[in-house]
Amino acid sequence: MKNILKAAVAAIALAAAGSAAQAADLKACFIYVGPVGDFGWSYQHDQGRLAMEKHFAGKVETAYLESVPEGADAERAIERFAREGCGIIFTTSFGYMNPTLKVAAKYPDVKFEHATGYKTAANVATYNSKFHEGRYILGQIAAKMSTKGTAGYIGSFPIPEVVSGINSFLLGAQSVNPDFKVKIVWVNSWFDPAKEADAAKALIDQGADIISQHTDSTAPLQVAAERGVLGFGQASDMIAFAPKSQLTSIIDEWGPYYIERVQAALDGTWESKQTWHGLKEGHVVMAPYTNMPDDVAALAKETEAKIIAGWEPFTGPITKQDGTEAAADGVRLDDGAILGMNWYIKGIDDKLPQ
Amino acid sequence: MRIVLIKRSEHSRLMTGLSPVIAVMLTMLSAALLFAVAGHDAGLALYKFFIEPMTDLWSLQELLVKAVPLVLIACGLSVCYLSNNWNIGAEGQFVIGALAGSVLPVLFPAFDNGLTLPLMLLFGAAGGALYALVPALLKNRFNTNEILVSLMLVYVANLTLDYLVRGPWRDPAGFNFPETALFSASAMLPTVGDGRLSISLYIAIAIAILLSLLLARTLKGFEIRVLGESPRAGSFAGFSQKRMTVFAFMVSGGLAGLAGIMEVAGSLGQLQPTISPGYGFTAIIVAFLGRLNPLAIVVAGFVLALSYIGGESVQASMGISDKIASVVQGMLLFFVLACDTLILYRIKLQFGQTAKGGHAHV
Repeated sequence: MKNILKAAVAAIALAAAGSAAQAADLKACFIYVGPVGDFGWSYQHDQGRLAMEKHFAGKVETAYLESVPEGADAERAIERFAREGCGIIFTTSFGYMNPTLKVAAKYPDVKFEHATGYKTAANVATYNSKFHEGRYILGQIAAKMSTKGTAGYIGSFPIPEVVSGINSFLLGAQSVNPDFKVKIVWVNSWFDPAKEADAAKALIDQGADIISQHTDSTAPLQVAAERGVLGFGQASDMIAFAPKSQLTSIIDEWGPYYIERVQAALDGTWESKQTWHGLKEGHVVMAPYTNMPDDVAALAKETEAKIIAGWEPFTGPITKQDGTEAAADGVRLDDGAILGMNWYIKGIDDKLPQ
Repeated sequence: MRIVLIKRSEHSRLMTGLSPVIAVMLTMLSAALLFAVAGHDAGLALYKFFIEPMTDLWSLQELLVKAVPLVLIACGLSVCYLSNNWNIGAEGQFVIGALAGSVLPVLFPAFDNGLTLPLMLLFGAAGGALYALVPALLKNRFNTNEILVSLMLVYVANLTLDYLVRGPWRDPAGFNFPETALFSASAMLPTVGDGRLSISLYIAIAIAILLSLLLARTLKGFEIRVLGESPRAGSFAGFSQKRMTVFAFMVSGGLAGLAGIMEVAGSLGQLQPTISPGYGFTAIIVAFLGRLNPLAIVVAGFVLALSYIGGESVQASMGISDKIASVVQGMLLFFVLACDTLILYRIKLQFGQTAKGGHAHV
């Protein structure tokens, strides 16, 4: 009996191994923090995965795990993929950083790509995008379109990426209207449609007539649409959820990066590096400018072209909230200062949670 | 026509023992149906879900890593529930335990010697116990509802953790990202085997055995049961219900806190904004699946861990949605409760208007 069982197990294992080996040259695996149906962060990563899979037309097999909590479970999920023959593993949330490094140390032959982190190893690369470039354009549009001069901003967590997004948004708005105001609500979650919707309602009640969000669900934009105010999509083009309210959206385009890195892995030219691209490289893309007059769309396009040509939104003069100088006139903040930003610029009516 | 449950005058001992097994079987059967309906190979999916995780050493170790906190928390909860104290806030006690235990490695990294780990475990258990004391004392003094108070304190605990890792306890070399510095080697639990499994396994098993002896063989165990089943009889025997509330909450809070610090010092190695994927709530299912018996809870914890690991396994290898794993867990609980109900009651179809005789529970 025991032997029969053993034989059966072996047969199934062999069959599984055989089919995997024949199917593809490389297996690329993805770990998502949210459900693939969030229409935001994880959805866009999955769109990138699908684009990559299509590009390689059968040469690359893919697999993913969704809604993997950032805790002890993450390490198991990553190690499972490493054990199951994945040649390259993309871990797409900040909280996976240390688990990714731990597993990477155990599997030196597997390549790891961690999104939004800062620690690397010989077989761990990192990647992220310059979303703050898009936020500057959103700020300009907001200042042009708002009649009350106040935008509502829904923040997830006060980490540097979100803080630099808020600052860039207000810098853009101030370039149009120096007295523009931003009201901020922190929801302490990346994906919580109910809480995000409540935050949007509260902000509109407080006089905001433009809603911007740094959370992943479509809820804030849908609230904006219900209440007849304008807003911006997040991570993906959310125009279908608010056809009369979405002005534009910052789209995370991961497909080109995934294709490039998987190609490198196939060619044997993959090496660990830190990638941080933006509008210029097509990793950040602006959705069509809708629901706005032509002159506003023209301004947005002009700024977009300027950034693509190499201009950085965080170019002085920039004054911090406490009045000290962050960058003198014409001086551009370096990457490290933007990636580790933990201060507000002058004009933000909120205290940064410390 | 109405469906009525009528209490059986006596219930079968055989069926009482068999019912969890039947429930697991029914769950597997419905899971197979679910896989087939979703268009997957049901046999292969069942194998990958329920059997494969137990066939190699790595996933067996991962199963135990997942089961240990569930078992520890559920053991503590069994004392609470047996004595008729409804602690729903083990999740919060888990988090506070992790925080209290992490005080040493985070705030006093220079205190790094053989005493670090034992003290961390002690602080963790004490933190969880003190946190559980809040709903107990409020219940005793003001007659508040302990279900609500303990549940609400979960949010307080989670937000405290969130505040600390984003603010005062943040890793100074971590570019403002929300996590503490990694713990040093002497603040980590020694591992067992070649994976992530730590000696928390032995601690959990030892505690389950001790608790089952306490419940079955000692006066305290008798006191717990009597006060749970008949508080009036208990008070005639001279047992104090208030003291029992304090005792039960502190035991379950202490074990949840211990589980919390062992999770941090075992597999995480640092504090993060979230450290528990809902262990404190899942443990409630484990406690009832194990019929509030510490030894059976060990088995129940293993079964529930299997449902997580199995769910992940079919998702990774066959692309079956992670929602299926949640559905399977839900069905497991449903069938356990249904089997138990049918042992205590029989179903009667009733025609006409009024019911005569028997106690009808609809």
